[in-house]
Amino acid sequence: MLSKVAEKLYWAARYMERVESTARLVSVYDNLLFDLPKEFDITWFNLVTINRAEELFDKRYQNRDERNVVKFLLADDSNPSSMLSALEMVRENVRTTRDVLPHDLWEMVNELHIFATENIKQGINRSARQKFLDQMVKGCQQINGLLMGTMSRDPSWHFLRLGRNIERADMVTRLLDAGTAVRILSEAEIHMKVSQVIWGNVLRSNSAELSYRRTVRKAVNNCDVATFLLYDPHFPRSFYFCLDSMLGTAKKLPNNKGLVEKINRILDQRYALDSSESLDKGFRDHLNQLQLDLADLHLHFNQTWFSLQQKDT
Amino acid sequence: MSLKWDEYKSSGHFDELLQSKGLPRASAQHLIEHLQSLDAVELESCREMAEATIKQMGVSFTVYTEKGNIDRAWPFDIVPRTISASQWEQTAAGLTQRLKALNLFIGDLYGKQEIIKEGIIPEHIIRDSKNFRPECVGIKPAHGVWAHICGTDLVRDADGEFYVLEDNLRVPSGVAYMLENRAITKRVLPELFQKDDIKPIGDYPSRLFDTLVSLSPRAIKQPEIVVLTPGIFNSAYFEHAYLAQQMGAELVEGSDLVVGDDDCVYMRTIAGLERVDVIYRRIDDLFLDPEVFHKDSVVGVPGIMRAWRAGNVALANAPGAGVADDKVVYAYVPDIIRYYLNEEPLIQNVKTFICDDPDQRQYVVDHIDELVVKPANESGGYGMLIGPHASKAEHKKFIKLINENPRNYIAQPTLSLSTAPTLVGKGQIEPRHIDLRPFILQAKESYVTTGGLTRVAMTKGSLVVNSSQGGGSKDTWIVNGESS
Repeated sequence: MLSKVAEKLYWAARYMERVESTARLVSVYDNLLFDLPKEFDITWFNLVTINRAEELFDKRYQNRDERNVVKFLLADDSNPSSMLSALEMVRENVRTTRDVLPHDLWEMVNELHIFATENIKQGINRSARQKFLDQMVKGCQQINGLLMGTMSRDPSWHFLRLGRNIERADMVTRLLDAGTAVRILSEAEIHMKVSQVIWGNVLRSNSAELSYRRTVRKAVNNCDVATFLLYDPHFPRSFYFCLDSMLGTAKKLPNNKGLVEKINRILDQRYALDSSESLDKGFRDHLNQLQLDLADLHLHFNQTWFSLQQKDT
Repeated sequence: MSLKWDEYKSSGHFDELLQSKGLPRASAQHLIEHLQSLDAVELESCREMAEATIKQMGVSFTVYTEKGNIDRAWPFDIVPRTISASQWEQTAAGLTQRLKALNLFIGDLYGKQEIIKEGIIPEHIIRDSKNFRPECVGIKPAHGVWAHICGTDLVRDADGEFYVLEDNLRVPSGVAYMLENRAITKRVLPELFQKDDIKPIGDYPSRLFDTLVSLSPRAIKQPEIVVLTPGIFNSAYFEHAYLAQQMGAELVEGSDLVVGDDDCVYMRTIAGLERVDVIYRRIDDLFLDPEVFHKDSVVGVPGIMRAWRAGNVALANAPGAGVADDKVVYAYVPDIIRYYLNEEPLIQNVKTFICDDPDQRQYVVDHIDELVVKPANESGGYGMLIGPHASKAEHKKFIKLINENPRNYIAQPTLSLSTAPTLVGKGQIEPRHIDLRPFILQAKESYVTTGGLTRVAMTKGSLVVNSSQGGGSKDTWIVNGESS
């Protein structure tokens, strides 16, 4: 398989995942704000912080209010991670790899793109936001379903999987970091109830609420949520699951030796989470380290498969 | 309400489907009967179905505009054009003959140049040709073939005969649209495929694949075949992707290929570099290799000419093949056929005046208001003068151009292109001018597509069939059975 095609598929899947997670994040946050006590100071701007996009945001907007944040996250074309920018990238990558993808995929991506651009105002205004975002998430799931049901498990499939899983793993670490940060900022006045709302929100942002309840069988609490989202071996959006999937994928691709070792090393690190107190600065540093590890994996993919310079002998 | 077919009139032109008295030709009998049985509403629903099918299949072509490139839906007319199988057989034989002679000619030009020594073609015609590549002298490609894929434009004049308008030996396009047109028609007019014996056309991709495989410099079971495209912004990108997919070949861009120190071509894959044997290139000669031609070409592959000259990779078409689709050389093709094959041409050229010849030039100057003047090396209809439609000032300008550079111009009488019934408005059928581009393959063996791509000038009275200028296309049926 051509390196260029592999790289495009990898990015198509990453951006696809980004479209879905951004839509879900905004949607969940919208709900969350209804549930929190008025005096509790949590702002939409946290969503910009999660994505480390403060600088870009401030360049573009004066007010850090709801409308600007939602616009920035969903529609802004100067933000390369906005939902529309990401969808645009999906479309471009799929357009030039149509020859290795299922026949209907291009059409589905195209339709979703048309739907999103035509209805983006609904996402920015509050009244129809939920319905619009639901449609976006469904559109993404339809596309993933098509791939799942029709694609040969050939290298094309493996690169899509690789892209999807690294993006998911990255998003989990960001959501956990956001949850932890809220707690630290407002430790003094935080109540158990608020904590539940926030960590419930972290779960929902990952579509993990039901799986969590069935697996953990306890009320939502920060430590269990973090453990579940990092280490659950069965939930498809846990950090462990994503890394383990990448491991399986890497083993099916050529020149994988260094990579397999790297992934195993990441999987072996376990942060001790025994009580609420463990969610401290040390935990945030750990999450930060995981993000660096993922960036390193990406670099490794790049060097191994995408930007081959030398002749192999 | 049924359509008024008796009002259909194509005066002074040969009509492909109807004889002079409004009677269908034998090859179109069932087709016309079927169309006559449809009312305006039914015809319109056929058209809508075709449109939906095109959108669904994603058949598109790219138009360059000031606002950037736009992907447009392929313009298609639902009324097929028919040709009887017996007539097509003769035409196909003529096309095979023509390409054979042209390949011998190209080989000769880059070899001993006997045709020049014998005085059949003046030496300076070749020396001054923009498409003669001195870099190709002395090369002997596989099977002695340079132009493996040729798209020849045929027109039918008022006398009902096919004439060759031009040979496209560089990177002819359109074959994917020919195949897609058939796929669309099968959905829109399925009844007729049961009634008529319409010859299938679907084997082109596998014939093309066989042709390319037979060029492989390595005698291995599965030579690596790639389609080299300039990229997504090229107007024919859809076709490049389509053919790669149909052949199961990799679609590559210049940056995916690299030439090693061993003068072999490799492609960058996830497993490392993999040797490439045959490149079906859809990039013009001059952009192929920045080491040899345009230094600033970003779509080419540095060193690819080295690899080709060393015989380590096959290029289809071979560099330099375009020397034979110069419009001045075109005028000599009948002589070329006689010289190399010792046969009479089976398909005639359109009468052509070579401005390089003083007597013929004088004729052109005297009759400029009746003639079409064409530059020798442009394609796509650029830089042409259509005498009868041009102003006095334009006539003068072209006379000046011709006198300054006679080698660069030819002139032809304005042709009466044949017409075919075409759906032009809601349920309205009128004659429109058409041409035909069959595709001819040659390597170890020759192959001609069954029919070809019929292009239609959708504007009333217009002779311009180019899709970039409002042209459309039709499915082309070679019909077995009753002779007409």
